[in-house]
Amino acid sequence: MTLTSDDRARLGLRESATFDRATIAAIQRAAETGIYDIRGWGAKRALPHFDDLLFLGASVSRYPLEGYRERCGTDVVLGARNAKYPLHLDIPVTIAGMSFGALGANAKEALGRAASATGTSTTTGDGGMTPEERGHSKTLVYQYLPNRYGMNPDDLRRADAIEIVLGQGAKPGGGGMLLGQKVSERVAGMRDLPAGIDQRSASRHPDWTGPDDLTIKINEIREITDWEKPVYVKVGASRTYYDVKLAVHAGADVVVVDGMQGGTAATQDVFIEHVGIPTLAAVPQAVQALQELGVHKKPDGVQLIVSGGIRSGADVAKALALGADAVAIGTAALIALGDNDPKYAAEYEKLGSAAGFYDQFQAGQDPAGITTQDPELQQRLDPVEGGRRVANYLRVLTMEAQTIARACGKAHVTHLEPEDMVAVSIEAAAMARVPLAGTSWIPGAGL
Amino acid sequence: MSSADEAVPAFDLSTTPLREVNQALHAAGLEGEYVIENPRGAHNVAVGLDAPVKVTVNGHLGYYAAGMNQQAEVVINGNAGTGLAENMMSGTVHVTGSASQSAGATGRGGLLVIDGDAGARCGISMKGIDIVVGGDVGHMSAFMAQKGRLVVRGDAGDALGDSLYEARIYLRGTAKSLGADCVEKELRPEHLQELAGLLKAAGFEDDDPASYKRYGSARTLYHFTHENEY
Repeated sequence: MTLTSDDRARLGLRESATFDRATIAAIQRAAETGIYDIRGWGAKRALPHFDDLLFLGASVSRYPLEGYRERCGTDVVLGARNAKYPLHLDIPVTIAGMSFGALGANAKEALGRAASATGTSTTTGDGGMTPEERGHSKTLVYQYLPNRYGMNPDDLRRADAIEIVLGQGAKPGGGGMLLGQKVSERVAGMRDLPAGIDQRSASRHPDWTGPDDLTIKINEIREITDWEKPVYVKVGASRTYYDVKLAVHAGADVVVVDGMQGGTAATQDVFIEHVGIPTLAAVPQAVQALQELGVHKKPDGVQLIVSGGIRSGADVAKALALGADAVAIGTAALIALGDNDPKYAAEYEKLGSAAGFYDQFQAGQDPAGITTQDPELQQRLDPVEGGRRVANYLRVLTMEAQTIARACGKAHVTHLEPEDMVAVSIEAAAMARVPLAGTSWIPGAGL
Repeated sequence: MSSADEAVPAFDLSTTPLREVNQALHAAGLEGEYVIENPRGAHNVAVGLDAPVKVTVNGHLGYYAAGMNQQAEVVINGNAGTGLAENMMSGTVHVTGSASQSAGATGRGGLLVIDGDAGARCGISMKGIDIVVGGDVGHMSAFMAQKGRLVVRGDAGDALGDSLYEARIYLRGTAKSLGADCVEKELRPEHLQELAGLLKAAGFEDDDPASYKRYGSARTLYHFTHENEY
């Protein structure tokens, strides 16, 4: 019989903080298998995050907008700097890149439907553009990745924007692996690889290395697409201040910064948990770089999209207040689609996991039919209903952000600013560069 | 556009902006022949072509020459920089001189011919393109090559075909070393026939296909275990 926590307390059993049960299980697993743990999701460790920030609502010194009556704008323009056709989004919440391969076709279609219904963009991933996704996405960002799986100039011309991916928050500096059980005939065909093999993804682009080369690469993509489309550069958060500066110098119209809480379909657990920096620490660095280059929050400037742990309208508002122009969601969008739904509790348990804990996106056995290529499992996800759920979620995020913006007296969500916020921990105050609540102290400021 | 030659329209890159040249070559329904003069090492020349035209460049080019080519026949009378014909889809690109690193990177179709040598990473991540190199190739050539054929008439540098998938390598000279999972394979009649066709298409039909060796994947990295992790 399993002991309850009360039983353990009565017996005086004490769990080690250093060797807790999850750590013990990890050592046992490593000793058993001889291979490191690969999983999906992003960093699961506790980190300073947007939860550690609070807004200062208007009162006497500031004047609020009337909650249900006065307009609070949410639209955003991305990539007007060089592109003939910049993106005009109705809401500042976009859907992040997730590959066809990592996700099934129904999931990709559902995300496209949700983005189209709410006037925002969705993004392809490492595996090319599917007709389902293009067909159901009014505004589609096409990722340009180290592998160039499925890359072709026709899809570049079909895209609304092009995102050059240098890294992602879950694994800055790392490639990926799509395990064979997800490499169906269709996925393999799109990637020009044999079906059923474990596909290793490169971490470096094959035809350029440093920032000077990136400048030429961005110009090549502009030349191929006749300077019509915004070109984004996406980086995983690490040396964010320098990376953003170099990306802007190389010609990026939009910079996407993905913090370590950002998700992945398959990466080593050690990489996810120990490489990269929290989203909260990355945003002010990116903003500082853009400000110093004179391109922050300017009509012909460079826009900043922030991702990695955006869950609520409060997170959206806080990212915007720190200086982002928009945010991107990935993991949260999958949850809205039905990922980790308690109705599949029994099936998660059969897979050795539990609803609320499932992160085996690499395994292709997703009971919710999202991170799988199995035709039967995919049938569980109706792209129309899934699209409706994600669209609902996007609307809630937007309304929540508006609620906060109005309370701070802002007629547009992007008018939120760092001055509207305080931190409840010293760590968050230092990272976000806002004062500790009730003080004027910003740790590290002026150093 | 100047009209030095009535029959073949010529662009002079010393006087015409690159944007104008590429835009003109992207015109709908384009056909016929075009010449580009005085490129002086310019990057991104003749990228994104998608028409059954012939484009002749007289001079050296920089990065990504003829990148992502579709249908067009591009002849470069000179050398080419990094990423020559990267991600080519179809058509042919022929360089009479040598090419820098990552020639034909991620190419998905068509034929790339380099009369001289190619630098490091020639054919990296190739996905169906055919590449014929008249001279030598540098280190890490055909790294992670997925599909297509790389023919090298000279020698190859270190780590040829490292981590390659189903691409085939035909090498006449010697490789300084083979990369992980790259092995010599039997040159069967169908390979001799395939190689003869590639050599002919590239203008090297006098080569004896039997003087080449074939290399491919041992396929030991296809399934990830603790034994094949570096």
